[in-house]
Amino acid sequence: MHDLLTGIFFWSALGICLMGMLVRFIMYFKGLSWRLDRVAYTSYPGAGFKGAVRSIYKWLIPFGTYGWRTQPFIAVVFFGFHIGAVLIPLFLLGHNLFLKEKLGISFFTLNAAFADILTWTVVASAFFLVLRRLVLPEVRIMTTLYDYFILAISIAPFVTGLFARYQVGEYSFWLNMHIFCGELLLIAIPFTKLSHVFLFFASRAQLGMDFGIKRGGMKGTKMAW
Amino acid sequence: MPEGTLCNKMPVDTAEGITTLLSDTSGDTYYQEMKELEVDSDLLWKTIQNTCKSRMKTWLEICAHCGMCAESCFLYLVNGRDPKQVPAYKIQSTLGEIIKRKGKVDNQFMRDTMEVAWAKCTCCNRCGMYCPHGIDTGIMFGYLRGLLYQQGFVPWELKIGAGMHRVYRAQMDVTDADFVDTFEWMVEEYEDDYPGLTVPVDKEGAGIMYTVNAREVKHYPEDLAEAAILFHIAGENWTVPSKGWEETSLAMFAGDWAACKMQVESVYDAMERLKPKRMIGTECGHAHRATVIEGPYWAGRKNGQPPVESIHYVEWLAEALNTGKLKIDPSKRIKEPVTLQDSCNYIRNQGLKQATRDIMKHIVAPGYFIEMSPNKEHNYCCGGGGGFNGIGKFRKQRNIALIAKRDQILATGAKLVLAPCHNCWDAIRDLEEEYEIGIRWSFLKPIVIKMLDIPDHLRPEE
Repeated sequence: MHDLLTGIFFWSALGICLMGMLVRFIMYFKGLSWRLDRVAYTSYPGAGFKGAVRSIYKWLIPFGTYGWRTQPFIAVVFFGFHIGAVLIPLFLLGHNLFLKEKLGISFFTLNAAFADILTWTVVASAFFLVLRRLVLPEVRIMTTLYDYFILAISIAPFVTGLFARYQVGEYSFWLNMHIFCGELLLIAIPFTKLSHVFLFFASRAQLGMDFGIKRGGMKGTKMAW
Repeated sequence: MPEGTLCNKMPVDTAEGITTLLSDTSGDTYYQEMKELEVDSDLLWKTIQNTCKSRMKTWLEICAHCGMCAESCFLYLVNGRDPKQVPAYKIQSTLGEIIKRKGKVDNQFMRDTMEVAWAKCTCCNRCGMYCPHGIDTGIMFGYLRGLLYQQGFVPWELKIGAGMHRVYRAQMDVTDADFVDTFEWMVEEYEDDYPGLTVPVDKEGAGIMYTVNAREVKHYPEDLAEAAILFHIAGENWTVPSKGWEETSLAMFAGDWAACKMQVESVYDAMERLKPKRMIGTECGHAHRATVIEGPYWAGRKNGQPPVESIHYVEWLAEALNTGKLKIDPSKRIKEPVTLQDSCNYIRNQGLKQATRDIMKHIVAPGYFIEMSPNKEHNYCCGGGGGFNGIGKFRKQRNIALIAKRDQILATGAKLVLAPCHNCWDAIRDLEEEYEIGIRWSFLKPIVIKMLDIPDHLRPEE
């Protein structure tokens, strides 16, 4: 089972995820239309690029925008979740060793204690994200089962990873579960709401171009995100 | 009776059609007929497939239902934080639902959607600034209005308004002759006070081609005279076109894109014909949005620009004051607490916040200008934008919507509100009428004229 999970399943999941993201990313930008969107994208590539970069950059900084600052609770929970969700899969020691073996590459490795803190922060933040959905009327009204499903498949690799990490029960079982959940997540990325992991950049870039070109950027006004 | 005689899918494009619609007081029959109006689901779905592409499809897909947009919406805030007023909910439960059902929605759904599209969103675009994913719900509501208009589910006044543009190339039944006559008549009225004051009509190669809001012609002709006086004193080489003088677009509020195109093309034709260096529009927000910001795209201009450089009145006024073309007598500046309304359509949507603040520096004595909170790009809609002011059926909802602006104004302590936008000006007038908070409101032109330091050679001989 372990061989299968780290063999063909791993390669398939990674391939589907990367190819899926690439195809959808290209399709997104190919589908932009100056006439329908009413943004002269190609006439002002410089202004568009500046607006796009600014729009992405500002929103990636915790408390970097007016929006984040006016809602500090969600900002903390949101970044608590996403910082770990991005850093752990890429930079955990165990993941790097695995990548080295499989792909011959490895990234920078996180300190083990720091990695623990990040992982627990992800799980705790996920708890608050669920709580928000249950408690706040303005979030509850839109929340569907699908939203919980997305959260569940996002958090599963972290929870199973923690079980393996602390060797609760049988290590190899939790390790396999962890790998399985991770692969499930990879496959889900291009096809579900999880596509936001890359479409976030596309969508933010689009609105950034809109403001950079049409809504003030070319008048010399930087949008006060 | 699927298609009514008044309420149907056909745009109004004859004067008789407009008269017939207008004779239906408050649109009573119109809205009765709307209850029977059939939804053309095939057309709806086909239109969506052809026009709902990458950007909007992605917006609808990746919306995380996080609710961060809730607080950004003034309608959510003034309606007791009703979760049904959360921008993401409003669009997902209307446009999102239509797409999910592939256009197979019924009459009741469309009528409910009409209410959401015109009474629960003013297309102020504020929520777009607060969404981590960069989802601009205001843009989607603009799109949704187009779908509703195509199906005939549009508020009575806006069906008429769009029809006016189709027939008169103006938002009201003001003809080209009415425009020129009124402008000339108003200028004559002031000739004695300002020697040499004229209104140059159809002058080619002028520095400025000035365009207006038709209701200035019909209801506030003083505004035309004031514009003429200010250009005259500033020594501008200006003109008005006898055709293509209307800058506004109720068609934009209605979602009648074909009429939007007809309207802006009339102005662009005037630009091509008269070849001015610049076009300047009056103190109106949506007019600028329609003719300068969105219009080029409706007209199929790929570079997104009108045929000649086009600026808002506040940009010209700021420039005239900054360069000394217009001089203010410091002793006549405003010496009472005064606040400023930032119009969504050219502040949030074209970043002109500095121009209005430059003007305030010139016309308000130091220490008297008080900013609203929030302000500039983050300012709230006046409460009557996007056509909301003009829709009788949704008057009750509109009056509630005014509360946000009322409270913002009250918090400044100012009794004078400067509102360089027709829609904002109306909303602020209406909020005073409704809530009686003891404020006055004004456009910039009349205020500036009163405090001008006029050069001797432009003064009347004693």
